[in-house]
Amino acid sequence: MGKTLAEKVWESHIVRRGEVVNGQAEPDLLYIDLHLVHEVTSPQAFEGLRLAGRKLRRPDLTIATEDHNTPTIDIDRPIADPTSRTQIETLRANCKEFGVRLHSLGDAQQGIVHIIGPQLGLTQPGLTVVCGDSHTSTHGAFGALAMGIGTSEVEHVMATQTLSLNPFKTMAINVEGTLKPGVTSKDIILAVIAKIGTGGGQGYVLEYRGSAIRALSMDARMTICNMSIEAGARAGMVAPDETTFEYLKGRAHAPQGADWHAAVENWRTLRTDDDATFDAEVFLDADELEPFVTWGTNPGQGVSLSQAVPSPDDFADENEKAACRRALDYMALEAGTPMKDIRVDTVFLGSCTNSRVEDLRLAADIIRGRQKDPDIRMMVVPGSARVRLEAEAEGLDKVFKEFGAEWRFAGCSMCLGMNPDQLAPGERCASTSNRNFEGRQGKGGRTHLVSPVVAAATAVRGTLSSPSDLDPVPPAAALPAESGSTIHAA
Amino acid sequence: MEKITTHTGIGVPLRQSNVDTDQIIPAVYLKRITRTGFEDALFSAWRKDENFILNKEPFNRGSVLVAGPDFGTGSSREHAVWALKDFGFRAVLSSRFADIFRGNSGKQGLVAAQVAQDDIELIWKELENHPGAEITVDLEARLVTCGSIVAPFQIDDYTRWRLLEGLDDIGLTLRHEETITAYEAERPSFKPTTLPART
Repeated sequence: MGKTLAEKVWESHIVRRGEVVNGQAEPDLLYIDLHLVHEVTSPQAFEGLRLAGRKLRRPDLTIATEDHNTPTIDIDRPIADPTSRTQIETLRANCKEFGVRLHSLGDAQQGIVHIIGPQLGLTQPGLTVVCGDSHTSTHGAFGALAMGIGTSEVEHVMATQTLSLNPFKTMAINVEGTLKPGVTSKDIILAVIAKIGTGGGQGYVLEYRGSAIRALSMDARMTICNMSIEAGARAGMVAPDETTFEYLKGRAHAPQGADWHAAVENWRTLRTDDDATFDAEVFLDADELEPFVTWGTNPGQGVSLSQAVPSPDDFADENEKAACRRALDYMALEAGTPMKDIRVDTVFLGSCTNSRVEDLRLAADIIRGRQKDPDIRMMVVPGSARVRLEAEAEGLDKVFKEFGAEWRFAGCSMCLGMNPDQLAPGERCASTSNRNFEGRQGKGGRTHLVSPVVAAATAVRGTLSSPSDLDPVPPAAALPAESGSTIHAA
Repeated sequence: MEKITTHTGIGVPLRQSNVDTDQIIPAVYLKRITRTGFEDALFSAWRKDENFILNKEPFNRGSVLVAGPDFGTGSSREHAVWALKDFGFRAVLSSRFADIFRGNSGKQGLVAAQVAQDDIELIWKELENHPGAEITVDLEARLVTCGSIVAPFQIDDYTRWRLLEGLDDIGLTLRHEETITAYEAERPSFKPTTLPART
């Protein structure tokens, strides 16, 4: 019988197959090709190595950056929060001691850990990639098996370059058809999560397949794989194809010369065989999808933007009823309110989900020639220093600044309430990030997850909006700075 | 790691689904560089509410948390497990755990016992009717006992064995170091390295 993509990558990384010892099944021991490190989940792991007198086995398969704690303004000044500063300084000292390549704040390659791996060409098809961060699933967009791990596992990978893992089940997410203008890959993944639930992917590696996925750019595929964890999955993958190879070719750490040809030949085998079977399958019709938005406090609590806030009575399950009641209370929403009537205070464009240059381009295309709602604060935070530079080369920074948005430096920013960029209690935000948990963006903050184009349209109207709700721009102002960027490309 | 065979302690009913790791420990507490001392951080936002269960006697002395489905979703932060342990918890019961949380628990000697939702409901009622009632988590027999309720739980064989034996994962893996080295020798040359750095 044939194999799925995930099974192929798994098989090729088995260092030692688990045996049955005393009636107990051992997990397989898998080799790890790339270990990404950041300041938050690594200090205790480095300390563990030190205490045990162990070495970092493969510094040459390890790379670090600073992203979670870092400010996105005044980055040339010392970090004001002493605990944040200590954590950053600890990372710097650890990387120096153990010989780890580090891209620090201010470095041209610094940025969110899941943006810089792909951008450097380090994330490649068929690799196993891990990081002490649940959004490591992002790298699955290249056909890598990429997983978030905890700090004990970070230490394990540092010491052994392997992980003991129990096999996963496989789930196909089939998305056929063509996305309507104004509908993006973010809407696909939010719809998937609403469909299967926050626990629906538990124990599975998801493989996103079908014509709608094949049509997506790498930036858009990364958005989908990024949020696999929000469906409870350990990883999400897309089989590599010409789009993948085109993205990688010429990047700093992509294979070169003869290695490139050997690599591509290998990568072409990384697809699910026609006679392979998945443990579960889900089907989604891309033609039917509309812009999607969350109303509640977990990423599965979402609806189409054209719908209304649900009522607890809409749910049969007692736990879901209770969760709905609690979410409406926290979010200060009335059941039955049209989503488009919800007024927000802040729009956040950024995070490892939606801060790549294509995301910024899509949002800029919506706001170009339009006026920001005067009461809205909009923050635009590129995912990496390089994304920022690329966007500036295209003049996107000017579009955002003229619109009245704040143009920031790279980092996790307002995604997680750990650095200075936070919501105030009660503040409501349309956010392109990945989690709408209570207090995620700051204590008492209220989050609606949206796509970059919905974020942009919301900044114009002040209420949750899709691009199709906007009045046309006068012809003179409508010309994009760069030709060829269209809304539906994502 | 300390060996665990059974644990008995006060049960704490947390009637809530989707308890994500941002609730268990908000990101602001993740700036520390230590592995202990997180007891103040556990459920810190919810503990501001004086009616929150962990603010009440005898639940503030609880050591077995009984939660709704999808416990530990979201961020991979192992700090969530550290905070639960530092507060005094030794086991969490839920009908469904997020994968990463379950993995982290196994590494740190917190028993993540998967119990059927029907049994969770019975245990909730028992704990609410008899505050301070104890729960016994028997890892050897894979059974939880609370009053007259005896329910089976699931935990994977390997994690159970490691917890029973109190084994260190890295030490176990390094027994196979030669196999790792042999695997490394066979890796294709086109696989990337981070060093020397190219930008």
